[in-house]
Formats: sequence, structure tokens, C-alpha cells
Amino acid sequence: MNTTIMLFLVQDGITNGAIYALLGLALVLVFAVTRVILIPQGEFVTYGALTYASLSSGQVPGTARLAVAMGIVAFCLDLFAGRRSLHPRLVGRAFAINIILPVVIFALTSWLAGRHPPIAVNIALSLSIVAAIGVFLYRIVFQPLAHTSVLVLLIASVGCHLALQGFGLVFFGAEGQRGPTIADVAFTLGPLRFTGQSITVYAITIAFIVGLWLFFGLTLYGKALRATAINRLGARLVGIRTTLSGQIAFLLASVIGAISGILIVPITTLYYDTGFLIGLKGFIAAIIGGLVSYPLTAVAALVVGTVEAFSSFYASNFKEVIVFTLIIPVLLLRSLAAPAVEEEKD
Amino acid sequence: MNPGMSALLSVSDAHVAYGKVEAVRSVSLEVGDNEIVTIIGANGAGKTTLLNAIMGILPLRGRVAFAGDDIAKLEIEDRVAAGLSLVPEHRELFATMNVEDNLQLGAFRIAKATAAKSFARVYTLFPRLKERRKQLAGTLSGGEQQMLAMGRALMGAPRLLMLDEPSLGLAPIVVADIFRTIGELRASGVSVLLIEQNAQAALQIADRAYVMELGEFILDGPAKDIATNQRVAASYLGFQHEATSVI
Repeated sequence: MNTTIMLFLVQDGITNGAIYALLGLALVLVFAVTRVILIPQGEFVTYGALTYASLSSGQVPGTARLAVAMGIVAFCLDLFAGRRSLHPRLVGRAFAINIILPVVIFALTSWLAGRHPPIAVNIALSLSIVAAIGVFLYRIVFQPLAHTSVLVLLIASVGCHLALQGFGLVFFGAEGQRGPTIADVAFTLGPLRFTGQSITVYAITIAFIVGLWLFFGLTLYGKALRATAINRLGARLVGIRTTLSGQIAFLLASVIGAISGILIVPITTLYYDTGFLIGLKGFIAAIIGGLVSYPLTAVAALVVGTVEAFSSFYASNFKEVIVFTLIIPVLLLRSLAAPAVEEEKD
Repeated sequence: MNPGMSALLSVSDAHVAYGKVEAVRSVSLEVGDNEIVTIIGANGAGKTTLLNAIMGILPLRGRVAFAGDDIAKLEIEDRVAAGLSLVPEHRELFATMNVEDNLQLGAFRIAKATAAKSFARVYTLFPRLKERRKQLAGTLSGGEQQMLAMGRALMGAPRLLMLDEPSLGLAPIVVADIFRTIGELRASGVSVLLIEQNAQAALQIADRAYVMELGEFILDGPAKDIATNQRVAASYLGFQHEATSVI
């Protein structure tokens, strides 16, 4: 193999790895804060990508309707949970977040679809639709289960994945879609050609990592999220609501998922179920990071991306097999390092 | 507490159970404004269970009123917002965050301007914390961790501070320091409900005391009277060589 091919593969691997890094970080974040292993992360990718692709081709995506429907369910749950003390302020707040917000997004989407708004508007709409779905998913499924074991949360998570994937098939059909590129420029550096899209992928990944680092290090809400991850009871004792932390974690995860989807849909054709596989690779990175370490997850994601690029070149039939086999030695090493892990008592 | 004075915290006929086992049975207690009240009793008497239930960590059957409002149905976070604060037995600090961040999060529910005042107050009470403000909470000594736990609880400007065994596992000189600080809290308008196995130290700073045994209060009164009570002296203060069983 010559250097040019190797450089190409490394470049390809890093571009994919950057996406896996984003997804892996979101998984670590959600697990640390809520103990949920977020299998539906892949659906956030699909929804983000295909919502963006549908909007770009002038259609109203079904996800906008889903957000409204989930908002109504979330509103009913809020009313039911607060039935003992229904202040008008409480009801008003729940109504604004659960009903008005998704309806406004839906109205904007239907009005703008077909009028060929700029790409930035389509991206913003796709992100807000998926973000709403993410937050409502937490409210409807995981908030009522917050006190249960990791296993119960995992089963619920698998259920959400299957349901959302089914909805994806209904909304977007079985055919794959592609979206328009975000940046069309391209330049060559030595043997390598950098497309605007891959530069955008790097830039956004780095921006997100720096942004998350600033958010967790400097802002009160970021610190509150970390505090919840470190010590849930301690956080409650200073008045940080577990539900608030959970909502922020799911909001971040769904936005990160949707961003990843929007970044890759111009490069690869995405089907309603492609997101799951992409999410799984982020999951492998997160597992290598032990579901706790952000830097280790980011590095592992780049390794996963590179291994994937090389194996698709040498043994494309076994591409996925090789990538997913990565997890076995890692788990073996981890189990040797830490023989017994007791599940956290609640 | 003087009769006629309205209680800040008032618990009546409280039961707390783990499954079918009642760890606290029909307990009533009151804490007034600017009052230090202590609950003393042996290990396993139900003191920690009672405190956790008042905070909302464990479900409690009975009435809990704070500043005149029924708080029995409120979540922990809402009790914090109402002005109730607990320093739990295991402190529950954010071990991988520094001292300053721990304190800042203690003020999560209050306005920024008030938080600045809280910082000044906590650093005055515990100058040690100011010296260590960039150090990770998990790397502090036991005494410093206890100070941080108390400091974090005080950051939210509570009206009632509940302390669960603040002297546990600390060197005597540190314990003296912590108890002096608890005494100082009264001057700044914070009431204290204190649980201690170190009954002697607790009775010295408290106004009133309850004696708990096997999930029930067997005695209560002014701290001075409790300290001189024969049964208490025998069981908890170790004054008599032949302890008469109170069980």
C-alpha cells in the first residue's frame, strides 16, 4: 500500500471518527447523568439527517408531527404528575414547553417547507424538531423510570429505539436520502483533497467539544449536570432537580445526534435504520471510555473511525465485524482491571 | 422551646418504615427559631432515618410542617427551596469538583447576589475552605470535608440546618472546632437540628434535647436537664459504672 492511500484512509477515518466522538460524548453524558444507555441515539442521527434532507427537498417531515404528538403526551403526564397542586403558573409553563413550542416549530416547518429557505434555516428547524423529540422522550419514558435500575432503563431504551425506528420508516420510507452539502468549497493539500464538508465536520466536532468543556467547566447549569453525575443525592440536597439534569442531558444528546446526522447526510446515503449502526460505533467508543471518561471516548472514537476506514479498504465485507470485534478485547481488559462492579444502589 | 412560640419545624406522629420494619415510631418534635436542638441516642436508634425522612429522602407517614407550611408531600428539592437543609452522614460531596464549585452549587437555588454574600459568610465561618478553594473536595481531610459539607449546606441560606453526626470519625480538636461553629450559627439566625453519638458535646451547645431509643423518643427537655438525667448519664455519657438498662 502506498502513502497516498494510507493518508486517504486516515483522513476518512478521522472524519468518521469525529462523528463517532460526538455521539460517544453524548452517550457518556447521558449515562453519567441519568444512567440511561441511550440506544435511540442512532435515531436522533437518522431523524436529524432525514428531517434535514426532507426539508431541503421541500417536504414537511413527519418528525415535526411526532414532536407535537409527544408534546401532548408530555403535557398530560405533567398535569397528571402535578395533579395535587395545579398552580396556574405550573400549568402555563407546562403548556408553553409541551404544546406551544412544538406547535410553533411545526407551523414554521409547514410554512417554510417548499419556500426554499436557506440551508441554515433548514438546519435550525431540523435541530429544534429533534431536540424537542429528545426532551419529550426523556419526559415520557425515562423520567417516570428515573428511580429504577440500569437494566430497566436499558430495556426501556431498546424499546424507544425500536419504536423510533418504526416511526422513521413511516415518516421517511424505505428509500435512502441524501441532503445538500453545507459547504461546497474544496482545496488540495499535497495528495489530500479536503472538501468543505469534511472541514465542517472537523470544525463542528471541535467546536462542540470546546463548547461542552466550557459549559461543564464554567456555567452553573453545566456544573449542576456534573454534580448530578458525581453524586445524585448530593445534587438533590442542594436543590438540583434530577429531572432538570435529565432534560438538559437529553437535549444535548438529541442536538448532538441531529448535528451528526446533518453532517453525514451529504456524504453518505442514509436510510431510516442507518443511524442505529452509526450510534453503535459511538457506543463502542463510549464503552472503551468506560462510559465515564470524555477524553478517552474521543480518542477511542478516532480509533474506531480509522479501523473502520482501513477494514473497509482491505476487507470491506467484514468492515462492521472488525469494528464491533474491537469491543471484545476492551471488555476483557476492563473486566480484568476491575473484577466486580456492583450496580449502584438507589 | 417556649410554649406559645411558633415552631420553625414541627413533626408530629411520624412513622418511617423500611418495608414492614418500622425504624421510627410515632415521633413528634419541634425546633424553634434560633434554637439548637439535638437528638441523642445509640447507634441504630433511628436518628439518621428520622432526619432523612424529614428531608424527604425516605417516605414518612405523619405530619411535617416547616415555617407553618405542610411539607410532607414535597420533593427534596422543594424542601431545600423552602429553607431546609441537611448535611448527611456521608456528606455526599461532589468529590471530583473543587471546593469553590461545591460551594457554588450549594447556592444553586438562590439569586446570584445572595450567593456572593453566602460565599463571604461561609469563608468567614471556615477560613480553611478559603485556603483550599481550588482543591478537589475528595482530596480534603475528613474535618475539611465536614466543613465543606456544612459550608455547602449554608450557601443556600437555609433557615434550619440539620446535621447528621458531624463529629463522626474526626479528631477531637476538629470536633471542638466544628461544634464551636455550630454554636456560632445561632447568632446568624440559623436553627440547628443536630444528631450526635457524642452526646456530651451535643448537650453542651444545644438548647433542648430528645433522647431516642429503638425508634422512639423516650425523653425530652432542656439540654441541661437531659445532661444531668440519671438514665441518660448512665447510657450515653458513661458516668456510672453500672448502667441501668433503659430498654
